[in-house]
Amino acid sequence: MTEFLNVLTDHWSLFGQGFGNTVKLFLIAAVGSLALGVLLGAFRVSPIPALRWFGATYVNIVRNTPLTLVFAFLVFAAPKLDINFEYFTAAAVALTVYTAAFICEVVRSGVNTVAPGQAEAARALGLSFAQVLTGVVLPQALRAMVPPLMSVMIAMLKNTTVAAGFSVVEAGAIPSYMAEFGEPQFYVLLWITIGFLVLITPLVVLQRFLERKLAVAR
Amino acid sequence: MSSSVLYDLPGPRGRRRNLVIGVLATVGIVALIAWVIYRFNATGQFEYRRWAQFEYQAVQTELVNGLLATLKAAGIAAVLALLFGAVFAAGRLSDHRILRAPSSVVVELFRAIPLLILIFFGYYVPLQYGWSISNLWALVVGLTLYNGSVLAEIFRAGVNAVPRGQSEAASAIGLRKGQTLRIILLPQAVRSMLPAIVSQLVVLLKDTALGFIITYPELLTVGKTIGGRLAFGFPYVPAYLVVAAIYIGICGLLSIFAWWLQRRLTRVRTSAAKPLPLTDVDRQI
Repeated sequence: MTEFLNVLTDHWSLFGQGFGNTVKLFLIAAVGSLALGVLLGAFRVSPIPALRWFGATYVNIVRNTPLTLVFAFLVFAAPKLDINFEYFTAAAVALTVYTAAFICEVVRSGVNTVAPGQAEAARALGLSFAQVLTGVVLPQALRAMVPPLMSVMIAMLKNTTVAAGFSVVEAGAIPSYMAEFGEPQFYVLLWITIGFLVLITPLVVLQRFLERKLAVAR
Repeated sequence: MSSSVLYDLPGPRGRRRNLVIGVLATVGIVALIAWVIYRFNATGQFEYRRWAQFEYQAVQTELVNGLLATLKAAGIAAVLALLFGAVFAAGRLSDHRILRAPSSVVVELFRAIPLLILIFFGYYVPLQYGWSISNLWALVVGLTLYNGSVLAEIFRAGVNAVPRGQSEAASAIGLRKGQTLRIILLPQAVRSMLPAIVSQLVVLLKDTALGFIITYPELLTVGKTIGGRLAFGFPYVPAYLVVAAIYIGICGLLSIFAWWLQRRLTRVRTSAAKPLPLTDVDRQI
């Protein structure tokens, strides 16, 4: 037991740095992927065919590409195109680009859960486009979107570990450092698991709560 | 064009406005593609020597071997994950608390741990105790635990999607619990969850790329080897493009298959259970 505790207390700074970077990476990529994903989602429900095509192509390509490949491309191939990132930036961009495709899908299917009759009825009442959007369509669409968006964010938090393979010191990179110190890896991995449970559990609880609170009988 | 809730069929003014935005968007997209091509050209990515090695049979064999290694890991993990999922779904659906509680803990736990950390458990822990484990099995262990837990939830949702009246009717004609599950619930549940299972297997196939991090010689690892050759001017860009094309081809075909199954099952209703949604991002990311 003391050995188990010592793994954490002896390497407090490494764990602190690792999980600190995990949270930082998560927050940056969350903002970036939400912005890009909502934009792509808007493209996909827009009346402009070219934008719809662009959104669909992006989603279909990125969703069928492994995240690790996106990372590898940005870290190893992008410099050959004279596009140079710091490792941390590359990780944030990779997570943003990948996660945006899933957020785009959430936005699209969220908007599509609203029955067209709702907007037709609103228009029949004489509401303007802005009123239809903000008063009728968006509140219902958001209701359907929030729980799956939380799921995507939880998955993205876990996906930050992939950066471990690309020289970013976040939680997933701790084992390879510990291997050099000769610490028992089982304990190291248990501590990382506990760290992720601490980060994820509140998100999961919030997600379940929102899911119940926002559930709509259709 | 499917009608959207956001806009009516546009009138003449709307059509004109949409046309203008459409033209601007097309120009923007073409400019983006042109910029990418320009960057490729400016950095010499179109030079013959950067692509030359794909003509060599040895390199093609390397790629095929990488693909086979990927498919091997995915195949073994898929079978084991389906088994794992079936066992723990049965546990969670059991009437006995003593089976239900531990199954729930296992499923919820493995879904919360990042897949890479599960793979590290399979990779570092046996090493620590002096057992040798190949990186194939480390990868398979991680993929099985994670995807097995997700599949367990799909199976559970599938069985729960069969209306309650079905199992009540089965009890009424005197079937036992096991019989009800086997004869009444499962045949209908399997149909409703088939598309979701296929799309989860796409995720599993994609995630084998994590084998790259523990140096399992799968497709992405091969891509890096091919891209790192000085004699061909470090053709990382062509190598990863080829690898990406292979992944997108295989996963795309499987995704289309899942989507086709979904549509077919929605159209031809021979089961009381509605197909599980395909767009459940919880599973797909």
